[in-house]
Amino acid sequence: MSNVILEAKDVSIKFGGLVAVSQFNMKLVGGELAGLIGPNGAGKTTLFNMLTGVYQPTSGAISFLGEPIKGVKPFDLSKRGISRTFQNIRLFKGLSVLDNIRIAAHQHTHYSMVEALLISQRMKREEKTALDQAMDLLKIFNLENRALEIAGSLPYGQQRRLEILRALATKPKVVMLDEPAAGMNHSETHSLMDTISAIRKRFGVTVLLIEHDMKLVMGICERILVLDHGVTICEGNPSKIQKDPKVIEAYLGSAATSETKN
Amino acid sequence: MVDFKRSILMPVLVILVCLGIDYVVPEIFNPYLQTLIAYSGINIILAVSLNLVNGFTGQFSIGHAGFMAAGAYMSAFLTMTFPHWAGPIVGLNFFFNTIAGGLLAAAAGFAVGLPSLRLKGDYLAIVTLGFGEIIRVVLLNIEAVGGARGMYGIHHSASIFWTGFWVFICCFTVTRLMNSTHGRAFLSVREDEIAAESMGVDTTKYKVRAFVISSFFAGVAGSIFAHYLCYLNPSSFAFMKSIDVVVMVVLGGMGSISGSFVAAIIITLLPEALRPLQEITTIDFRMVIYSLTLIVLMLTKPQGLFGELEISDLFRKYVKRHS
Repeated sequence: MSNVILEAKDVSIKFGGLVAVSQFNMKLVGGELAGLIGPNGAGKTTLFNMLTGVYQPTSGAISFLGEPIKGVKPFDLSKRGISRTFQNIRLFKGLSVLDNIRIAAHQHTHYSMVEALLISQRMKREEKTALDQAMDLLKIFNLENRALEIAGSLPYGQQRRLEILRALATKPKVVMLDEPAAGMNHSETHSLMDTISAIRKRFGVTVLLIEHDMKLVMGICERILVLDHGVTICEGNPSKIQKDPKVIEAYLGSAATSETKN
Repeated sequence: MVDFKRSILMPVLVILVCLGIDYVVPEIFNPYLQTLIAYSGINIILAVSLNLVNGFTGQFSIGHAGFMAAGAYMSAFLTMTFPHWAGPIVGLNFFFNTIAGGLLAAAAGFAVGLPSLRLKGDYLAIVTLGFGEIIRVVLLNIEAVGGARGMYGIHHSASIFWTGFWVFICCFTVTRLMNSTHGRAFLSVREDEIAAESMGVDTTKYKVRAFVISSFFAGVAGSIFAHYLCYLNPSSFAFMKSIDVVVMVVLGGMGSISGSFVAAIIITLLPEALRPLQEITTIDFRMVIYSLTLIVLMLTKPQGLFGELEISDLFRKYVKRHS
């Protein structure tokens, strides 16, 4: 456990009287594919929002690459290497597929507005790099033919994929996927599983995944954290999670646990 | 090094064309039509610059007349107080005074933008509306710029050339910005602020930038207005002026520079074009027809005349269909 990339220590957040996440601890090791599961309202997305700087934890500390990220704005975290997708797709729906990717690459262009007015050599160079890299990314997901289409007009499954691509275009160290298979059918979920494994290998990114689809989580995650009512109830590899009585209780109710015991 | 053809040759050519127009226009058109041309130019600058905020960045500002007033009064004040500070050439004085007016308006835009851009939609609209009114009322009470009497005898420095020159600079700036990574950042703020933020776009910075650039050109338009009309009065910059500009932006299409350009000309000329009608009917139906035209246009093309497209896109489409 030497190269811890993202660490959460005793992180809690309260909204008024509601404790959404309480005393959460996590160590994300570079290169791993971890899953975060839990019933609805368990606090998974709230946790994501804290890890990406949208919410500030009430107490506890989060550190990324050894540096605390308290008070760091989301755009700054993106520049440091945390990227994400959203539970309800948040593409730039009115813009082209290509522009969606190029906006994610905005942080890698450094020319000023004056240079944009005068079309400097640096601008030409950086725009060309951004375009080439965007097209390369689109090729991975076979979206290059749709580069000029409006993102909102893509079929649902492709919008999900485009959002993952957009997250990758920021050249992140950690990608957080918030329910990437939500609303997908069986075969789409299956090909998504392959894609996620493939991009991890290809880009060498660490992946943290929230998912409801148990098959997907159990199939590809090496380590799983289970959250219920804002508390971590179990952590370990998929086979351990499947047997844990607390997890079964959280998902199916306490009667189910007593039945399995009998 | 910069792109010689597009960044040096093109502007120089356009400036020469403007000079040519400036020479030809007084020969062809009577002073009334000349004034209409100048007003069209002023409105184009206002509409295109407001489009940067309302159309591309997706913020709803209805205080454009306030920034215009700031620029108009600043430049007129400089012209009146220091007539020859930049040398004996009148045009050069006017040029620098216009920039000074634009800078004051930009500073005002920055001052309003920074605290109020945390607000969204209707709330931002109300803040900008309030700001526009504050500027007008403040000007109404400053004796040094004439107060309610207004400012008389400003030198007539704004010619068709200067109007054309600034129209070009304004359209040039906005077009170039929108074709760069900065333009895409503006668009991302409009499309989805939360997503833009998590993709590494500093949304607050870009909103303020849009506001500052837009206010600068509003100030420039104000300066041309002041030096063309040679008279300023705070009531010229009332709430209705801001609404006029918003109408131009919406009518042309939010997010279309060509759209704002065309709509600005239509809105300027339409009431004037309807003038002969008044002579026939002997009752003033002009504003009724003007309003009806707007209603019909909005019903038939709710996304504006050009939608989000530019003239070049339409041309490309046309060529594609006919080849």
